[in-house]
Amino acid sequence: MSEPTAVSTGSGVAPMGTPLRWWRRLILRNEAVRGYTLLSPTLFLMTLALGAPVFFLFLVSFFTQDLLEISTDFSLENYMSFLGKENYQKLLWRSLKVSGFVTVLSVVLAYPMAYFIAFRVRKNKFAWLILITVPFWTSYLLRVFAWKIVLGHNGVINSGLTELGFIEEPLTFLLYNPFAVVLTLAHAWAAFAIMPIYVSLEKIDRSLLEAARDLGDGPAMRFWRVTLPLSMAGVVAASLLVFIPTVGDFVTPTMVGGPKGTLIGNLIQIQFGKANNWPLGAALSVISLIAITAVVCAFLWFTKRVRTQEL
Amino acid sequence: MTIRDTAPVASGEARTKTRARRAPDAAPRIGALGVFAVLYLAFIYAPVLFIPLFSFNDSTYIAFPLSGFTTEWYVTMSRSDGLVGALTNSIKVATPAAVVSTLLGTLAAKAVTRYRMPGMEAVVSFIMSPLVVPAIIVGVALLIIVNAIGIELSLFTVFLAHLPPCTAFAMWIMISRLEGFDAAIEEASRDLGEGPWMTFWRVTFPLIVPGVVASLLLTFTISFDEYVLASFLGGSEPTLPIYIYSQLRFPWQLPNVLALATILLFASFALVYIAMRFRNRGVQFKTTTGV
Amino acid sequence: MNANAFIAIDDVSKDFGTVRAVDRVAFGIARGEFFSLLGPSGCGKTTLLRMLAGFEFPTEGEIYIDGQAMASEPPENRPVNMVFQSYAIFPHLTVRKNIGYSLRRDRLSRVEFDRKVGRMLELIKLPGYEERKSHELSGGERQRVALARALIRRPKVLLLDEPLGALDKQLREQMQLELRDLQREVGITFVFVTHDQEEALTMSDRIAVMSKGRYLQIDTPTQLYEAPRSREVAAFIGSMNFFDARVEEVADGHARVAAGPLGHLRAATRAKRFSVGETVLAAVRPEKITISSRPPAPSDASGGTNFVKGVLDATAYLGDRSHHYIRLPGVDKPVAVSAQNLNPAEFDVESRKRDVWLNWSSEAVVLLRAT
Repeated sequence: MSEPTAVSTGSGVAPMGTPLRWWRRLILRNEAVRGYTLLSPTLFLMTLALGAPVFFLFLVSFFTQDLLEISTDFSLENYMSFLGKENYQKLLWRSLKVSGFVTVLSVVLAYPMAYFIAFRVRKNKFAWLILITVPFWTSYLLRVFAWKIVLGHNGVINSGLTELGFIEEPLTFLLYNPFAVVLTLAHAWAAFAIMPIYVSLEKIDRSLLEAARDLGDGPAMRFWRVTLPLSMAGVVAASLLVFIPTVGDFVTPTMVGGPKGTLIGNLIQIQFGKANNWPLGAALSVISLIAITAVVCAFLWFTKRVRTQEL
Repeated sequence: MTIRDTAPVASGEARTKTRARRAPDAAPRIGALGVFAVLYLAFIYAPVLFIPLFSFNDSTYIAFPLSGFTTEWYVTMSRSDGLVGALTNSIKVATPAAVVSTLLGTLAAKAVTRYRMPGMEAVVSFIMSPLVVPAIIVGVALLIIVNAIGIELSLFTVFLAHLPPCTAFAMWIMISRLEGFDAAIEEASRDLGEGPWMTFWRVTFPLIVPGVVASLLLTFTISFDEYVLASFLGGSEPTLPIYIYSQLRFPWQLPNVLALATILLFASFALVYIAMRFRNRGVQFKTTTGV
Repeated sequence: MNANAFIAIDDVSKDFGTVRAVDRVAFGIARGEFFSLLGPSGCGKTTLLRMLAGFEFPTEGEIYIDGQAMASEPPENRPVNMVFQSYAIFPHLTVRKNIGYSLRRDRLSRVEFDRKVGRMLELIKLPGYEERKSHELSGGERQRVALARALIRRPKVLLLDEPLGALDKQLREQMQLELRDLQREVGITFVFVTHDQEEALTMSDRIAVMSKGRYLQIDTPTQLYEAPRSREVAAFIGSMNFFDARVEEVADGHARVAAGPLGHLRAATRAKRFSVGETVLAAVRPEKITISSRPPAPSDASGGTNFVKGVLDATAYLGDRSHHYIRLPGVDKPVAVSAQNLNPAEFDVESRKRDVWLNWSSEAVVLLRAT
């Protein structure tokens, strides 16, 4: 889309006259101004529907709720109550752990898959990519629901195994625990893990691998010294893309987590629902954001160190 | 991490390049990796495919053995209360969300691929952030502000909540479409006497149409299937995912939900497949030739 | 400068952030001229061209085309058209619609439209190509289509941004001649950007040699080559041997200079004024030096001038000619000599370390003021 300038057919040097002329000159001469003009509607929306709300969230987290009354006086009460309640801290800790496991699981599973598509698939690469991504676009709710069907007490696995005569009693460890949450989330976010890794692998110049081979490296060393380091950026991106959004999830724990699989997302959701304590919910959201940021920063710092030392 | 690096589907051109790059004598090896790939696909698809399987099963229990084939659930499902209303609501939200987010995403993608701007990385990260920030946080934050302003929860607030993630997706899709778009093509049009709007209409738009269609379909799908944001910002009119969730509470409704879910799954599959095909279609942008 | 010129570039500067791409450039281009902007990449030539087209706007200064101030006009309002480096053929349109792209506002009948497009296709020797699309064209064909598209409304100026860069050598040479002929035929002012000096020399009426955002010299090809005004121009166009020297005597259009270990040299001053004692550079083109394995006859040595003895350091055989590099006592860089191989090569790889004698006429020497 080209920039909407007011085009007049008049010629000559524009004197610094009307604002319109001034604006036109600015827009003609300055690329950044043109760019930001095009960006402005989107930025406006994002500020309105994301920036401002998050700011308000932060603000409200310092309010307090007393039954139906919200006090707007500045208070650290919500934060204190988080620090005072071990249960809350345990939930957050569990959420971070679950997301960590989900991240590791999805990346570990995604890497060979991405590698396969990038290096082994010759024809129909596009078909493979579609195959991998299509489920991701379908309803998240339904995908979680599907796991409930698979893992349930009378679900696919239990009834299937019973039918085949492997077990007498349904296995109870399948559903309603953190394991089920990790499995379901790893499944749900698979595409987020595969795509960045695939892109980083696909970008690797194949002649680099030939060079490594020429210089005497076998397949394992080639992978360790060339492919893996060059695809690390994709692995890091994949990790973040999986870790960050899963921390706040509450649908999966609600549906397959059971009491032992409850996460911080559930706690936040309850504050905005049954418990009706919005300020506390806001504070818990802010705390989650801070925790996520801290983990991400630590992770980035760590990977950067490892990568610089390796090279 | 730049999100631009992770654009999902390699363009057709990138694919042919890789193929040419590869040594012809390297015979295809499938082996262990191939087995893994198949298992992985099974992991991705199997749980989802149990939904259609059991939706045709002649039993209210979702368990093996299958007891018989029936389409009964589809019939009862289509008659259930509130379904049509929820479907209409979802369409009412998803259609404008798709149109507005694609428009905004295209503008933004155009800006970042075309112009050099200070602070662009930060701006792109900000616009893309709804893809990463936990949905619950976006949801409650919006709920707070909507409540503070005094807007009543309705389909409109759901639409509003769907705009950030949809716009982020639209921008992502359009950036991968517009990368490699030769700026000289638009300059040529200006040079040949067309103003900005006619240039857009005669040159830019025809070239990005496949991307726009893909973006419309995908953002529609996202909004249509979205549950978390809708659960916080929905008013008394439920969208389809909210409706489904509410039905899950009643065990006797399960087969009906399976039937509905099957239809939604295949509708999504179809839409996304069409979108993906569109995305990689159309003329190549590169105008230079290697001769 | 040249406010009355057809295209007047009046003290134009262009900054990109803190980088000054074009630095207070002022010159004029005459109507109907084939004018080239020549320089290495990053010298500001493309920025200057894009300012003429209206894709960049000067930070300072003004550009006049045919008396009209242009600096604030968007590209669509300018009487110029451009052939892009990438050709920028619209990939979704046929050749016919590409060439006729700018005719939309004329609201021509289909017959008239086709007649005009057909005439252009004949001009570029691609009749019958109407319904092809850009991906069905070769590089040379695209270049012609871009040309036709830019010329169809007969702009006052045609801008060409390295249009031959993407073509292979043979095609490029053919297109150089065709482009030159075409320019004469249509009589439109061409402004041509290139980094290829041979291309510029072959095609241009005048050339502006640019470096670091400024122009060093604007002249005809012959003048640029034979009488460069600075060391940069002399070194950029073709190759050149330089000797440090000091003026000893100036008389009737010639100067005698002392060139250190080389002894005395004679050089034509070409209407430039030098004063005795001034330090100068004596510059000689490699092909203007003759090389011989025999010392000059005694009469030549005393009566003639510009004889130098050296040792052959290296020889490169190029078929039609050979390049020799000769080490002179007391001179750091070997002297380059380009000799036509009129006879089977006299010097070959085996000739290394042999003594050789170089000679050149005083007219071959260009004296440059040392800066």
